[in-house]
Amino acid sequence: MARKFWIIAAVTGLSLATAGTALTSEADWGAFQAGEKRSGYTYAKAETRNIQDDDFDNPGFLWVDTGAELWETVEGTAGKSCSSCHDDAADSMAKVGVSYPVFAKELGKPINVEQRINQCRTERMGAEVWKWESGELLAMTVYVKNQSQGAPVSVAVTDELMPFYEAGEQFYNQRRGQLDMACSTCHVDNAGGQLRANVLSQGQANGFPTYRLKWQKVGSLHRRFRGCNKQVRAQPYSYGADEYVNLELYLTHRSNGLPVETPAVRN
Amino acid sequence: MIHNPLSRAISRRRLLISAGTGGAAMAAMTLVPGLVLADAASVSESMKALIGDALPSEGRIELDLPQIAENGNTVPISISIDSPMTADDYVKTVHVFAEGNPRPDVASFHFSPACGEATCSTRIRLAKTQNIVAVAEMSNGEVYMAKAEVKVTIGGCGG
Amino acid sequence: MAKAKPRVKLPKKAAKGEIIEIKTLISHKMESGFRKDSKTGELVPRKIINKFVCSFNGEQVFASDWHPAVSANPYMSFTFRAEESGTFVFQWTDDDGSVYSIEKKLTVS
Repeated sequence: MARKFWIIAAVTGLSLATAGTALTSEADWGAFQAGEKRSGYTYAKAETRNIQDDDFDNPGFLWVDTGAELWETVEGTAGKSCSSCHDDAADSMAKVGVSYPVFAKELGKPINVEQRINQCRTERMGAEVWKWESGELLAMTVYVKNQSQGAPVSVAVTDELMPFYEAGEQFYNQRRGQLDMACSTCHVDNAGGQLRANVLSQGQANGFPTYRLKWQKVGSLHRRFRGCNKQVRAQPYSYGADEYVNLELYLTHRSNGLPVETPAVRN
Repeated sequence: MIHNPLSRAISRRRLLISAGTGGAAMAAMTLVPGLVLADAASVSESMKALIGDALPSEGRIELDLPQIAENGNTVPISISIDSPMTADDYVKTVHVFAEGNPRPDVASFHFSPACGEATCSTRIRLAKTQNIVAVAEMSNGEVYMAKAEVKVTIGGCGG
Repeated sequence: MAKAKPRVKLPKKAAKGEIIEIKTLISHKMESGFRKDSKTGELVPRKIINKFVCSFNGEQVFASDWHPAVSANPYMSFTFRAEESGTFVFQWTDDDGSVYSIEKKLTVS
């Protein structure tokens, strides 16, 4: 059934993407490619890339600004702000965006940036959890990851992380949902191809949380996972579910070499 | 900030020519089923409400819009009109209309000689493939008009 | 991000007669009034920023009337001919009457 879908899609696919605004040749990709890997940036139209190129024009930076404010805000019973312990985020957080998810010994499993933020808040600040997709959690995640802007993603899959990495890889290649499609169906087998009027990207993780034009706001990688799962008519997992953290680990490692673009601008 | 020099590619400028209307078709919107959309006639009405009986001439306005929108909810638009922008000769107002949106008015931009140039940019929402119409009122009473078509597509995978 | 956050970018200094670019952005959902609530089926009421005004030393330089067709997190850029030093006031007016404001200084030599 999935194959029939693709034949129909290919036949009715429009040639609009060749209207001259996509970066079609390798020479154009610059920092946004690493070997065979291409950032979602290289699949976007010129107008979209222009919005991302300027840190002022990029609406994602509204969330960076909010994150910067929250960084200095004292909250919780310990009477601390992020900066009380972590000082200048440009220094203390510089390696976070390129290396997370990492193994959390205390949890016995990988932890991503959103979860680490909430862990700090609840266990060290005595503050309340920030809900997934809340303005605060998105802003802080974007702010922290943005400190690595331009640096190449370099997730290390240590021995401890390996089983979770493999679970993520398996999830990625597993068909699911009524449409019986895996992540790889679109993002590996058909990357660069048309899905109606959209060009399929490789589905890299290096720009998340991302300002998606579709959402008209910044959203997390797990939000994207849930959307993708729903679109193949599969039951989505919860934000922060183990399945999604494992998938995030696999995907971020897959983006190794591409620059951190948080907050990227995508369709 | 990562800078890729090739990404500065500018979408094609269209120095607007045709003032012809052609009567765009009305279509039901998926946003609110049964919603009636604007068309060339309702744009003319909105325009009249703003510029009265003045008859626009073609030209002078450089209307910069993408040929195909990446996403209809964020379409960058730039307007530029060659004018000395002095107290005696300047662009007063530019109105923008969308022939295929639920309502035709998009925005009006009020310039003054202090702007130095009659240039501005913003981002707009387009419900579907349609013509965008820009109307410029000059300080001497002259009115100009420009039109450009933007293709808005349904994305893959449910938009 | 409930409260609208405006930001403005312009150079701090300019030469007399120089034309500078002013960029502005404000976080705002720009609820068009054409969307239906997926749960109740009711139309979500319109709530947008409907007016943007830039003044310099008390005089209006550039203004814009916005309708629901202006994108969320509205971006507005325009130019200004620097003649004398002074203060800009940028104002965004919401349908609900709230006014968001930013001031910026410009030194002209």
